Amino acid sequence: MSLGHDYGRQPNPYPGKLVIVEGIDGSGKSTQLGLLAQWLRGEGHLVIFSEWNSSPIVRATTSRGKRRQLLTPLTFSLIHATDFSDRVERDIVPALKAGAIVLADRYVYTAFARDAARGVDRDWVRSLYRFAVVPTLAVYYRVPLEVALHRILSGRPKLKWYEAGMDLGLSPDPMESYRLFQARIQQEYERIVAEYGLASMDATQPVEIQQRALRDLVRPHLTGIARDPRGDAPEIHEGRRA
Amino acid sequence: MRQFESYGQGVPGTSLDDLSGWLIVVEGTDGVGRTTHVNRLRKHLERLGYAVAETGFTRSDLASRGIRRAKQGNTLGSNAFNLFYATDFADRLEQQIVPALRSGFVMITDRYIYSLIARAIVRGADPDWIKQVYSFALKPDAVFYLRITADELVPRVLADGPFDYWESGMDMPMGEDLYDSFINYQSRIIHELDGLARDYGFHTLDATREVDDLGEELCARVAGLLTRKVAGPVA
Repeated sequence: MSLGHDYGRQPNPYPGKLVIVEGIDGSGKSTQLGLLAQWLRGEGHLVIFSEWNSSPIVRATTSRGKRRQLLTPLTFSLIHATDFSDRVERDIVPALKAGAIVLADRYVYTAFARDAARGVDRDWVRSLYRFAVVPTLAVYYRVPLEVALHRILSGRPKLKWYEAGMDLGLSPDPMESYRLFQARIQQEYERIVAEYGLASMDATQPVEIQQRALRDLVRPHLTGIARDPRGDAPEIHEGRRA
Repeated sequence: MRQFESYGQGVPGTSLDDLSGWLIVVEGTDGVGRTTHVNRLRKHLERLGYAVAETGFTRSDLASRGIRRAKQGNTLGSNAFNLFYATDFADRLEQQIVPALRSGFVMITDRYIYSLIARAIVRGADPDWIKQVYSFALKPDAVFYLRITADELVPRVLADGPFDYWESGMDMPMGEDLYDSFINYQSRIIHELDGLARDYGFHTLDATREVDDLGEELCARVAGLLTRKVAGPVA
């Protein structure tokens, strides 16, 4: 059906590099990406951060849809693809053309995993994101479900409706719904890691060990990257969960 | 017994088995007279005793405001616009079209995925890709395509006021001034619609004909289509 029309056929054709991290909530990927950004900036590279769900124009619609619970699996998928497309056109591609290193906390694989967990056809979602640039390096933070759940649920018990997957009717209890939803997402991630050959990181390791491993993965790609004209630029990243 | 089908995998979580109404599409470019004919058709079918519902672009509860805002500033990327329209369409399909069909209504839609596909292709989207994006859509019972050429369109549009920025493709733009861009843009849109008419089997109607004449034919042809698919709800 979608042969030849799905995501991942075209490698990144630009001089810049795209490094992305994926994983379920509580896998520690945002912390790792923040540390990576700091290191890269310290080395003088031009670093651009692109966050999931951040296009200013589309965000108002997404927020409204979430607040008023207007989103179905299909429209949830499409509004996030709209947002992502705007980011690709306006942030990611120009930065890659300029030779920057672009860091993304979550990328198309988040949509593949979440949408499939919501029952959206896998092939359709993969073709939907065909316009997306394929990352230079994609790292999946693999963590046992219980470890991730403990990190999230012990510190922040107030779960949002869609975040908890309440729209799927898996359980009337948000905590239980969240567990079941995250388990589904994790299953989808495992499929995606194999399908697209994502690098896997053992996210139960100490933070500094993981960071060393991440830098080792990134280092071979650090040739020909634009320099940050400001020198050692100030830290601007704030970790956040999508 | 006929049933609704989708072009692809359908709408996630939505069964098409119990849809008993009819989905009638009126297609055609900007200013061709779709609204006039949709209104006539609606009145005609209601006189015959059918319950009629209507929808059209950017009328979704979810995305209409966002699209309006994005159009004002023209700051949204062109592909993002394609997907924003797809979001609006999906919301209307799920929240307006499917419920109306489930209740046995005649759902008349003022344009459908075809115009959205055409505008995306004209703005550089890959035709196979954008068709695949819209593959969740239901196949309508019939598509009536009001066809006109760009040259014939000009006086009709001008009679209603100046050329619209978006209807002239000025976001690209496609000519040195509004007039040139309008002609070029509308010619491209019509060209794409002509291709889609062949691919998707539209009923093409010459929109330069006298309005009453065209309206009567449209009403008669739609009325002729209305035979029940599955047992409808008791009226």
